[in-house]
Amino acid sequence: MAHAFTPGLKVSEKAVIYKERRLPLKGEVVVKIGDKVKADDIVAKTAIPGDVETLNIAGRLGVSPEDVKEFLKVKVGQEVNKDDVIAETNGFFGLFKTVIKSPITGSIENISGITGQMILRHPPKPIEIDAYIDGYVTEIIENEGVKVQTKGTFVQGIFGIGGEARGEIMRIAKSNDSVITENDITSNCKGKVLIAGAFIDVKTLRKAVSVGAKGIVVGGIDDRDIKEFLGYDIGVAITGSEKKGITLIVTEGFGQMSMAKRTFEILSSHEGEVASINGATQIRAGVLRPEVIIPNFNLKDEDLSSVDSSSGIKVGHNVRIIRAPYFGLIGKVTKLPPELEKIETEAKVRILEVELNDGRKITLPRANIELIEE
Amino acid sequence: MIKPEEIKSIVATDCGSTTTKAILIEKKEDGYRLIVRGEAPTTVEAPFEDVTRGVLNAVTEVEELANKEILDGENFIKPYKDKNHGIDIYISTSSAGGGLQMMVAGVVKTMTAESAARAALGAGAIVMDTIASNDGRQMHEKIERIRTLRPDMILLSGGVDGGTISHVAELSEIIAAADPKPRFGSTYKLPVIFAGNKDAREIVKNNLGEKTDLFIVENLRPVLERENLKPARDKIHDLFMEHVMAQAPGYKKLMSWTDVSIMPTPGAVGLLIEKIAKKNGIEVLGVDIGGATTDVFSVFQEIFNRTVSANLGMSYSISNVMASSGIKNIMRWIPFHMDEKEVRNRIKNKMIRPTTIPQTIEDLQLEQAIAREALRLALEQHKTMAVSLKGVQQERTISDTFNQTQSGATLVNMETLNMIVGSGGVLSHAPRRVQSAFMMIDAFLPEGFTMLTVDSIFMMPQLGVLSQVHEQAATEVFDKDCLIRLGTCIAPIGNAKKYGSSCITVSFNGNTKEVKYGEMALIPLGVGEKMKIKVKPEKNFDMGEGNGKEVTKEVEGGVVGLIIDARGRRPFTLPEDNKLRVEKLTEWNKVLGTYPEIK
Repeated sequence: MAHAFTPGLKVSEKAVIYKERRLPLKGEVVVKIGDKVKADDIVAKTAIPGDVETLNIAGRLGVSPEDVKEFLKVKVGQEVNKDDVIAETNGFFGLFKTVIKSPITGSIENISGITGQMILRHPPKPIEIDAYIDGYVTEIIENEGVKVQTKGTFVQGIFGIGGEARGEIMRIAKSNDSVITENDITSNCKGKVLIAGAFIDVKTLRKAVSVGAKGIVVGGIDDRDIKEFLGYDIGVAITGSEKKGITLIVTEGFGQMSMAKRTFEILSSHEGEVASINGATQIRAGVLRPEVIIPNFNLKDEDLSSVDSSSGIKVGHNVRIIRAPYFGLIGKVTKLPPELEKIETEAKVRILEVELNDGRKITLPRANIELIEE
Repeated sequence: MIKPEEIKSIVATDCGSTTTKAILIEKKEDGYRLIVRGEAPTTVEAPFEDVTRGVLNAVTEVEELANKEILDGENFIKPYKDKNHGIDIYISTSSAGGGLQMMVAGVVKTMTAESAARAALGAGAIVMDTIASNDGRQMHEKIERIRTLRPDMILLSGGVDGGTISHVAELSEIIAAADPKPRFGSTYKLPVIFAGNKDAREIVKNNLGEKTDLFIVENLRPVLERENLKPARDKIHDLFMEHVMAQAPGYKKLMSWTDVSIMPTPGAVGLLIEKIAKKNGIEVLGVDIGGATTDVFSVFQEIFNRTVSANLGMSYSISNVMASSGIKNIMRWIPFHMDEKEVRNRIKNKMIRPTTIPQTIEDLQLEQAIAREALRLALEQHKTMAVSLKGVQQERTISDTFNQTQSGATLVNMETLNMIVGSGGVLSHAPRRVQSAFMMIDAFLPEGFTMLTVDSIFMMPQLGVLSQVHEQAATEVFDKDCLIRLGTCIAPIGNAKKYGSSCITVSFNGNTKEVKYGEMALIPLGVGEKMKIKVKPEKNFDMGEGNGKEVTKEVEGGVVGLIIDARGRRPFTLPEDNKLRVEKLTEWNKVLGTYPEIK
């Protein structure tokens, strides 16, 4: 391979953040370039075509499909109200008429002379998207949406559930390696984005939902607790559409894992400020990770670091180990030998040497670390 | 194009969703041989958005490794000049951009709709959904489904020739009402292939001619007793290139470089497996286990079938293997005690960081336990699709009374199967080859005599498309450089009451070896070596000739040797007792030398 690519999770206090806000299909953009927007402001809206209903006209009238057209009272494309007559037979001297009324308010989509089916469509459903973060509109995607830019803190998690939410940051764990319990969740947590430590169990998670917390950011969680919370096993890692009353962002992984110290400190230092969070995760080509964004318009441009993950691993980089037996430990790269080396499994792989925070030096496959991005 | 007999040098690439792989094949004194292989990240997505960048990078690596000039800027140097300059042909396959995603429709779910699904799968597509007149969904539900899935292409079948017209009309009305938009770009209309009742063509044309890009081919089920899938499959291949891939970034340029059409990767693998089976007159089962999906190919009774299990794989889909098989089924293969909580967390951690690799033996054993379940489930799904035609009236004679074959019964028969070909990271790159052999034995449970092989570096796609241009070159390279023979698995069918009872006795070259029920054994026999072996099963075991009947057969060795599996079949079970289970797994691993000793 040309080079091993090890994108890390981004944790930055001084980031420029762009968010694309796009409609699911074409519509109208309601803001202009340069507009200052609040997270809740609507930036674009559209209407999606209504659902369809089918009606077996031939069957209901008791006629053959090709004869249906003789009895129709409506045309394709015509708008109808619920209970409008759409077809009727002449009956017998005006008696015993069969009358078919529209089951919905909507329009006539199609009438088939072969199957005798009519397709009706409900009126379009309006859809609006908001800005999600406080910021400025920097780009208009014609008829589809906008790009919003903001400055501030940007923290990526590794896995999440639940969609976009907003709330004030509130730290409930004493430290990055402590474990919170149900008692740490009080009515004060209502509407807040809670910063927990190394672990949360399903009971505590449920308590957070019951008091009305908006979100929880935590180092680790057991998979079986997630299963119990959701009621099913997560198969493919595509999340974000769960409706469980809370957005959960896991920063390190599954199991009890201290939140990276820096992540914990940065998040804690913004206590009381409003964060935009999203648990949506997609682990596929074009990976999507959950995130916490805390806008800060006081940052000066010269302080900003643009978030770029294109550089490879170098000696001196801080890395997080992401696989057993050293899972979760953090260290510094000390050697990057180019040759393949045999590891315990007897596989020949590219390795690196890492000095752990406690001074131990270990070697491990390059595939098993990730860069801690500043 | 150059005549096949004049071809001396070939470059073939496979543009996968993450990696583009290039191989160089040249004619040597001993026939066509693989010279080198190069790879580079695929460049379909941002920031490059041009698949040819990755192709050029991969070919450049081939140039460096082979010390040969192949490219002049962005042009292939053609024809072959000498061993350091030029090639004769360039060919490629592709599965980048999510491969080919299709929906199929037919009148009866188990008949024309199933035939349509088989045609699409055989062409290398992922079948997102199968719509049938009798699938139990309301018309509006079907319409919504088509609209939300946004397939690349729809294959519409239905009705034998001279059969139902109204149902086919209804299906075409559903498609028209959904007015589906293709995945890539909105500048072209969605391709729809109609391969149904020829009497319904005019109606389908009226309903779909304007709204979609409609193509009409021969009926894929002209009569109930016969499938005619080739015209539909060929059309899918044509449209895949012209309409689907041509929309993906860089493909127009790539198409102008290749000497024959680019094929969907699984379509090319299928073609190769089909040809190998035909050429050698054998039954073959092929499997490609990837990170997200697992493909299974088979040729039984000369009938080719392919299925893709879209959510069974070893990285992106690893957690779905657990969700589908259940945690208990994965844990039964782990040869030590591990807490369920820990197993769950490790699997989920691999899901969220799919590019990591096992560093410890323990972790490797867990990963190979999961692979066993992924492979087992993929074969289960394959068995339900690789079936004889349903709805066929069978004439029966008296002799059939005792040998009834149901219509719709699976074609997959592990007893008559001759060869298993495994490929994909977990099988091709297992640190010891015996690990691949053992995974395939546990997952597929071959019966009787079965040759186990792996594709060493996964070049079956390139060889598949090459087989269209130069069959000899493709099969020579396949035999000599691609396929690694692991050895023959010898497994009697049947069970005894308890472990340690007599099961089989094998005699070879003046030696005799008894293998008891519940045991495994390994007999050394190297690559290319063959020998006659006499296998005498006990009275409740069958080696293919009936219970207790002795069988003599010539068997071939491989890098592992002859593996005798006397653990029972129909059913195969592992001990319920946890302690005994771990003991037996440890014993089998020790006999086969599956893992290094942990210090």
